[in-house]
Amino acid sequence: MYFVRRWSVRHAGKLSRVYRVFEALLFLSTPLLKLTGFSRLERPTRFIERGAKGLLFDCRMCGQCALTRTGLSCPMNCPKEMRNGPCGGVRPDGNCEVKPGMRCVWVEAWRGAARMGDLETIAGIEPPVDHRLWGRSSWLAVARERTEKKQAGDAKR
Amino acid sequence: MPNDDLSGAWTPTPRDNHSSRGRLERVLRSGRFAVTAELNPPDSANPQDVYDRALVLAQVCDAINATDASGANVHMSSVGISALLARAGYACVMQVSCRDRNRIAIQGDILGAAAMGVSNLLCLTGDGVQVGDQPDAKPVFDLDSISLLATVRRMRDDGEFLSGRKITTPPEMFLGAAANPFAPPYDFRPVRLAKKITAGAQFIQTNYCFDLPRLGEYMARVREMGLHEKCFILVGVGPLASARAARWIRSNVPGIHIPDPVITRLEGAEDQKAEGKRICVELIQQIREMDGIAGVHIMAYRQEELVASIVEESGILAARRLTAQAGAPRTGRGRHLGD
Repeated sequence: MYFVRRWSVRHAGKLSRVYRVFEALLFLSTPLLKLTGFSRLERPTRFIERGAKGLLFDCRMCGQCALTRTGLSCPMNCPKEMRNGPCGGVRPDGNCEVKPGMRCVWVEAWRGAARMGDLETIAGIEPPVDHRLWGRSSWLAVARERTEKKQAGDAKR
Repeated sequence: MPNDDLSGAWTPTPRDNHSSRGRLERVLRSGRFAVTAELNPPDSANPQDVYDRALVLAQVCDAINATDASGANVHMSSVGISALLARAGYACVMQVSCRDRNRIAIQGDILGAAAMGVSNLLCLTGDGVQVGDQPDAKPVFDLDSISLLATVRRMRDDGEFLSGRKITTPPEMFLGAAANPFAPPYDFRPVRLAKKITAGAQFIQTNYCFDLPRLGEYMARVREMGLHEKCFILVGVGPLASARAARWIRSNVPGIHIPDPVITRLEGAEDQKAEGKRICVELIQQIREMDGIAGVHIMAYRQEELVASIVEESGILAARRLTAQAGAPRTGRGRHLGD
């Protein structure tokens, strides 16, 4: 929902701290997740993730979440799905070129990033979207990536 | 005098630190104030239409921009126009927009264009389809301008496609991007420019500039961040045909900011078209004085015939002629030009 989405960006500072705690818990539980099997968890996790992030951020389930790097403003709500900053068409009032009634997601992102006290991360470069991942859970992907990294690290040792 | 001091700011690329064989890159690296101009693409399949329009521009500019369905309106493609121009010996900047083609099509087009002799590329995201003549079309936007820049740079410098598959002869392209200092969020704009440079942009062509104070603020931040030393910035300018046209552009073309005083000045003029041209000439002269700007990009929508006299009246090429003479072997008593 548009109003909730804007509320989330206004409270990007607090929400991102909540996410950090959630992420830490997620990492703690990765052995358990792995034991259960990531593929078996995909469907239920996807369901919860879609509900929670859909409500708060109008999440579109691109499967490669960038929210923490875009001031908690989801870039996939941009009609051009721009993941690297605002296009040149932003209206003088800060609204979208394509949807005049909608605030530019990157105007929001810049504000959200400021509220999170981090204008460095948003200056990083995002790779193109992997269209195979649409609809999949980003949370599980994060957890799985972490397990794989850890395994690779253990293997080296 | 030409100077090559700028070369230190660049990462090594083939051929004496140049990444293309193009004239635009040579002019910019020599430190001369560059001029590029936009060609209005024909709605026709006749190559002569391209040549007729190029002829009036070629005399006064270092490269001609071939737009890629700008404003989401269908015209002859930028690959087609660029290939025609390259074949005729003109330097061109091929614009590539991410609106209409996915990464597979774009990478192929870039190889094709390079094979046809195109050496400058302007990487754009593109206007939304809703502003064009076919708003019912599917918007693609598979890449955005920044991931497009990174893609082409990878093709050129690492000799591989996005998949990692090798390219036997990589495209030698001078890479450009757009910037719009005149749209919010204003303090994000220089950061976005920095991103584009990191992704591979070597030159920048901005949107239409009608607001010098805003450009001044932007450039101050750009200089603070040292970005003007890492890319060549060409500021976009163009003549407004009338106050009515200016109002229409302001409310219908995305990303063009025309301040009220400019429109008032046009309204007050007896000959609005001449006044539009005068404003453009004055802007060029003032932009030239600003620190960190490497050239201008003239977009005379449906007024190409004005470009030559705009350049002439602004005096930017006259200064170049003086430079050329100063560099030429002296005759007679060898007096300096200023003597």
